[in-house]
Amino acid sequence: MHPALAVIFLTLFSGGGFGLMALVAVVNDFHIEGGLNPLQTLVAVLISLVFVTIGMLSSTAHLANPKNAWRAFTRWRTSWLAREGIFAVLFYPFAGLYLLWVYFTQAPADSVGLVLANLAGLIGLITIFCQGMIYAVLRTIRQWNTPLVPANFYFMGLGIGATILAAERIVFGAPATAFVALAVALLVAAAVLKGIYYFWISRPGGPTIRTATGFNRLTVRILDQGHTFGTFLTEEFGHTLPAARARNVKLLMYLVAFVIPIAALAFALGTGSAAAALIAAAAVVVGIGIERWLFFVEAQHVVNLYHGRPSC
Amino acid sequence: MRLGLVIDLDTCVGCHACAVACKEWNTSGTTGALTDYQPYGAKPSGVWFNRIRHYEIGEYPYNKTVNFPMSCMHCENAECVTVCPTGASYKRAEDGIVLVDQNKCMGCNYCSWACPYGARELDRASGTMKKCTLCIDRIYDMEIPEEERQPACVLTCPAHARMFGDFDDPESPVSRAVRERGGYQLMPELNYNPSNHYLPPRVHAPIPTEGMRKKAAAKVKAWVNRVVER
Repeated sequence: MHPALAVIFLTLFSGGGFGLMALVAVVNDFHIEGGLNPLQTLVAVLISLVFVTIGMLSSTAHLANPKNAWRAFTRWRTSWLAREGIFAVLFYPFAGLYLLWVYFTQAPADSVGLVLANLAGLIGLITIFCQGMIYAVLRTIRQWNTPLVPANFYFMGLGIGATILAAERIVFGAPATAFVALAVALLVAAAVLKGIYYFWISRPGGPTIRTATGFNRLTVRILDQGHTFGTFLTEEFGHTLPAARARNVKLLMYLVAFVIPIAALAFALGTGSAAAALIAAAAVVVGIGIERWLFFVEAQHVVNLYHGRPSC
Repeated sequence: MRLGLVIDLDTCVGCHACAVACKEWNTSGTTGALTDYQPYGAKPSGVWFNRIRHYEIGEYPYNKTVNFPMSCMHCENAECVTVCPTGASYKRAEDGIVLVDQNKCMGCNYCSWACPYGARELDRASGTMKKCTLCIDRIYDMEIPEEERQPACVLTCPAHARMFGDFDDPESPVSRAVRERGGYQLMPELNYNPSNHYLPPRVHAPIPTEGMRKKAAAKVKAWVNRVVER
């Protein structure tokens, strides 16, 4: 699959933004370590909105004909992409109202504020589910057609959100032990779940060049693809990653997305270093960006069978 | 009605005439133009509704070249339509033809991801997804003679390897061909239930390739003996 930056940024940043909003609601619901004060809440919700907006704007860059983008809200009965669009837009009024409410009343955890925060967080979580289902429903791509995809999106989004929230607490000099613990727990869970996913997709399965051509009991070999140069199909679906390189990129991903943020958060918690906290937040975004790149480049569409690949 | 194509892999000679006829007809048809990128440049590419690949099946000496034309299969379970967020992709209830409304498509590529057969191609010039229309602007055209109301690929095929018809009618030529020749669908395990069917190559006795020279010489000798005797 062609790893389009627009789609990588969409799921990466909006997932992180929705995860952050959900955690802001949880922290203020339960007053974890005193909850977030108005300034911390404002900064967190603003980061969330900026992240979601980066994701939404970059997704429109993926459209070849964006003037029809408004129609994407019409087929919510069947299309997960339409559902994602609707919930993502629905997120804005609630998150925006919460931002204004906290700004004007300075009360991030009164009943009105909490209702707005929880609704925004819930809508964000639903949007992450829709985003995962966009990929998980495709029977044409074995590496995506698994419930582990939305599960991964959840833990990655919440992991980004928790790391940013913990980093913010440390930068503000507020008590952050529970925040760092939450971030570490979510990052470890995300890393384990991603490991399960990689184990799952490494097993062979799915259609082969034999079932694709119908010669189920014979060897089938491509003689000629029938086109002189690349086509839309080879450009969109032809990308692969050699196994050795994939392993190295995955090691790099685990290092940047999980090991560095966990170590930097622990260090920042111990020393109160704002720089280490910011490094943790930056690393988790870059690392999960690498994870999302792998997610696309490792997806092998069955149309490649017709171009001569024995299996996908 | 369930309109679709039957492709005879036994007689297809792989000449690409169907693809050329398709491009010629459809580039000025309802979803035209079928844009070419760098047609005379170093990397010629472009939009096609119909592509032909060539495979070798089996192991020598029981191997065979199979030419494999593919276009939209007009599936019963057309996931490309299910996933479309704008409603640009739709499947006609009356004849099962899957089409893209060029005025509604936003070019998100999602339908092409959902299609296992590579039937959909994005036109970078118009920014919309394009695909085989089963020549909907030919098959219902009352201005042309009735025998010409068929897709351009079917009309042009010099080997008669393509048939067009209604799969809902059990006595239509396409239904009968599928029944009698063991016609099959591609990648049935994905459960898209494509309308287009493929007829497998007929089973022939393999043509002997060993000891041919000797046999031919023996035949000549026998003929000479016969002639000289007279």
